[in-house]
Amino acid sequence: MSDMNTAMVEKYRNSFLKEVEANVEEGEWVKMCMQCGVCSGSCPLGPHWAHPPQEIFMMIRAGKREEVLASDSMWMCTSCYNCIVRCPRELPITHIMHGLATYAKKLGLVPKGQATAEFSQIFWNNMMKKGRVNELKLGLSLYFKDGFGQGIKNAMANQKLGMNMMKAKRMSAAEFFGGHGIKDVSGLQKMIKKAEEIEAAKLEANK
Amino acid sequence: MAKHEYSYYPGCSSQNGASSSNLKRSIDTMCEVLDVKLNEIPDWNCCSASIGYGGGSVLPRMTLSARNIALSEQAHPDQDIVATCAACWLATKEASERFAHDENFFKEANTALAEANLKMTNKKPIRHMAEVLIEDIGYEQLQSGVKKSLEGIKIAGYVGCQTNRPFGIDGESFENPMYLDKMVDALGGESIKTYEKKVQCCGGALAFSEPDKSQEMIKGIIEAAYDNGADMIVTPCPLCQANVEIYQDDINAKFNTKFNMPVVYYSQLISVAYGKNASDAALDGQIIKAKKLEDLAAK
Repeated sequence: MSDMNTAMVEKYRNSFLKEVEANVEEGEWVKMCMQCGVCSGSCPLGPHWAHPPQEIFMMIRAGKREEVLASDSMWMCTSCYNCIVRCPRELPITHIMHGLATYAKKLGLVPKGQATAEFSQIFWNNMMKKGRVNELKLGLSLYFKDGFGQGIKNAMANQKLGMNMMKAKRMSAAEFFGGHGIKDVSGLQKMIKKAEEIEAAKLEANK
Repeated sequence: MAKHEYSYYPGCSSQNGASSSNLKRSIDTMCEVLDVKLNEIPDWNCCSASIGYGGGSVLPRMTLSARNIALSEQAHPDQDIVATCAACWLATKEASERFAHDENFFKEANTALAEANLKMTNKKPIRHMAEVLIEDIGYEQLQSGVKKSLEGIKIAGYVGCQTNRPFGIDGESFENPMYLDKMVDALGGESIKTYEKKVQCCGGALAFSEPDKSQEMIKGIIEAAYDNGADMIVTPCPLCQANVEIYQDDINAKFNTKFNMPVVYYSQLISVAYGKNASDAALDGQIIKAKKLEDLAAK
């Protein structure tokens, strides 16, 4: 368990809802949920969530901290915003799901091997390196995330797709050597570091 | 001087050799025929799309968009920011709205921006290319320039998610937006107004991380196009285009279907209807050839 997680458990012993309100993006909206279920019914990944949004909201209020933060449910969000536009109370549900995912990550509670959590981090690292996404490397990192052998298998299985993309000039081998990027990479990285510091300080203060 | 000028945010997938480079090429052609000038934001960066949240939490993510807004203010102070990618548009607009509604957040983003020697005032409208077509050009003018009508081509308008939600196009419904159909009709094509999967999610980034779950949804999008007698699908979104086009082989293998449905961009329809050739319309960038459009372009 991370130190931050231990500290948060201690501080918010009596109310997980308060913890979510204080630390999760748009978390202050959770208590406005009226349990109508439109979000869960509207979600394209509906059948695949262990706990769809409506249930997550109720679980937060019921203090089921571990069950919520360590679940893979919020990682099922495809960011389609169907729940947001349909919610009768206009809760920013998509953002709350992203916020719960981010918070779980900061506390070190994401289930090991959660595929979307892994892809999300790969995407972020890829983008941070040069300020723009390198799609070829993004694809390769995804194929090879579980080791070299599995990577080769994945690459072989997707060979035709890769060739099709190359032929259509929508994937470029040149991306492997350098590729697209911005000029002021160091400025961008400093800027992100600062933003992360500002956020970390806030989280620390809430401990 | 061009009739309309915008500060342009093309996004990562539109770059040369990237997955929607065909969108960029056809957008360039479309803008040329419509007398629209897109001025690229110098040194623009990735917005982290909608999947970045697992790596970057809210302030770092939104600061990425703040940098693009700041660079646009510097280079093109009097021009609206226009994006062609759904995720680019959504991320930038969402960031801009949050900065506008939360002064603290706005200050924090500017504190971070200062590290890159930038400053943002956040006064610019953030617009989607579809808004430019509808609001600044209009269906009538769009129709008046048609040289080769898309007559007889049945086209399923697939709007997808993020061009439609949460912001959408002003005056359009989230559940049944009609603007893509109206565009098709303006070009002389046959829109399929009853295409029931027009706002169905394609899985977005989960097409990479959860392929089985996503491909099941993509299958429905294609199947409904066939059921409605479509010759092709048209979409404004680069990820929708890629997801719905490139996995058809996989889906056929998995579900024993025989899909071979072209998925094109509105900019490709407009380019061909305005008399441009297949290469200018970037039809060579299709993995599933849009034969009817190629034939029309060759006429």
